[in-house]
Amino acid sequence: MYDAKKIIPGLIIFALFFTFPFWFNLGTAAYTTPELELPDPEEHEHCIESTEYMRAEHMAMLDEWRDIYVRDGYQEYWSELNQEYFLTSLTKTCMDCHSDKEKFCDRCHEATAVDPYCWDCHIEP
Amino acid sequence: MKSSRRKFIKLAGLTALGWSVCPSLASARSNRYRKIPGALKADRWAMAIDIQKLSDEVMQKAIEACHRLHNVPDIDSRQNVKWIWVETFKPLFDDQVHAHQMEGKEKLPLLTLCNHCDTPPCVRVCPTKATFKRHDGIVLMDFHRCIGCRFCMAGCPYGSRSFNYSDPRRFLNNDELSPDYPTRSKGVVEKCEFCAHLVDQGERPACVEAAEGVLFFGDLSDPDSEVRRVLRDRYSLVRKAKLGTEPQVYYLI
Ligand code: HEC
Ligand code: HEC
Ligand code: HEC
Repeated sequence: MYDAKKIIPGLIIFALFFTFPFWFNLGTAAYTTPELELPDPEEHEHCIESTEYMRAEHMAMLDEWRDIYVRDGYQEYWSELNQEYFLTSLTKTCMDCHSDKEKFCDRCHEATAVDPYCWDCHIEP
Repeated sequence: MKSSRRKFIKLAGLTALGWSVCPSLASARSNRYRKIPGALKADRWAMAIDIQKLSDEVMQKAIEACHRLHNVPDIDSRQNVKWIWVETFKPLFDDQVHAHQMEGKEKLPLLTLCNHCDTPPCVRVCPTKATFKRHDGIVLMDFHRCIGCRFCMAGCPYGSRSFNYSDPRRFLNNDELSPDYPTRSKGVVEKCEFCAHLVDQGERPACVEAAEGVLFFGDLSDPDSEVRRVLRDRYSLVRKAKLGTEPQVYYLI
């Protein structure tokens, strides 16, 4: 091959760089679901919606709540699951049940490397 | 060919129908929310301040009630944050002051706050729609959207807006924060919001409650409201009427 001396080492270096994330993480622990402190099941059986829905959609839900609260003045959310209204409030609703932020929200956010800026303003329970 | 044209028109009709139904289906989602049943309602909220009954004590009580509830810091410099504060007659009504005013009138201390204008310049200049006017006339800020550009501060002729040059929690007692209202963060503008969140819960603004009988709050479009009653009986002024912002805080002279 023409210039094989340069091309083949070049290709090897490229392949090494390209797969860097894979072999760099070899041997480190895989992601495990963090251990969360859930509210007392005697008092609260469910979250506002199903657990799967909350896991996947709570950020979208909070985003919608704050818009609808501040801009449209709606202060209550109807939960089909609980058949009851909840205040559309971060501190008065979520944190009322999930009162230990460190052992719930933070633990999960740390594991997933999310850092919501809400607490710059909203007052932690 | 004949039947395919028929088909095409049918399909087009169906598509048009779908288009008109879909958006209304999407908005049906908001049925999941409701306003608090006892919320106060109005077409145009307004405030009247009886300047003859304004004493230092009453003014301090109103300021204290507001700034406590909303976690407004007290910063001892030009970077202070204020929602409702004391200002003397001259800077408030400088378009109505002349050389031969009644003795001492220029130095008369008065209470002032956001005027919740009917044509608010701050709303027009805001590039993110963080400041907006509600249907009941309250000029509200959505702190979540504020990018701190300060156009609104340049637009407001009344100096009703304050900027957070640093984290306001540095100037607040963090053990005594009011749990009912968030603080703000560095780089956000803030101002009085006629206690929209309380109004939506069926309560009157905190300053009006604290200064009972001196501050009046009510619906301007309702001839029987408290505000309309005092405006009928007394001569009143608004600040910088010439500018055409139509302020809705009236001073009963
Ligand atoms: C009525 C009390 C209550 C309220 C209010 C509440 N939660 Fe929950 N939440 C629970 C309970 C109980 C669970 C555990 C459900 C289960 O065991 O499956 C839970 C589970 C969750 C989970 C899933 C945790 C997991 O196991 O992965 C998330 C995320 C969550 N909540 C977020 C929120 C947010 C965000 C809010 C506010 C919008 C909120 N919750 C409000 C009671 C509540
Ligand atoms: C099961 C794990 C889990 C729990 C428990 C959890 N979160 Fe989250 N949260 C996430 C993940 C993952 C994201 C990031 C999603 C994304 O980036 O799309 C997120 C994102 C958010 C966001 C949006 C952040 C942003 O910058 O846009 C907010 C707000 C939030 N969570 C609030 C809460 C609150 C409040 C609680 C506690 C009541 C909570 N979360 C509990 C996993 C969790
Ligand atoms: C710049 C400060 C600030 C930040 C940052 C902020 N908020 Fe807020 N938020 C406020 C203020 C102030 C209110 C109250 C508005 C009112 O009552 O009129 C509020 C109200 C809300 C409400 C409705 C009322 C309540 O009691 O909770 C929700 C929900 C909310 N915010 C969610 C969030 C979430 C989620 C985040 C983070 C992704 C966030 N906010 C970040 C200042 C902030």
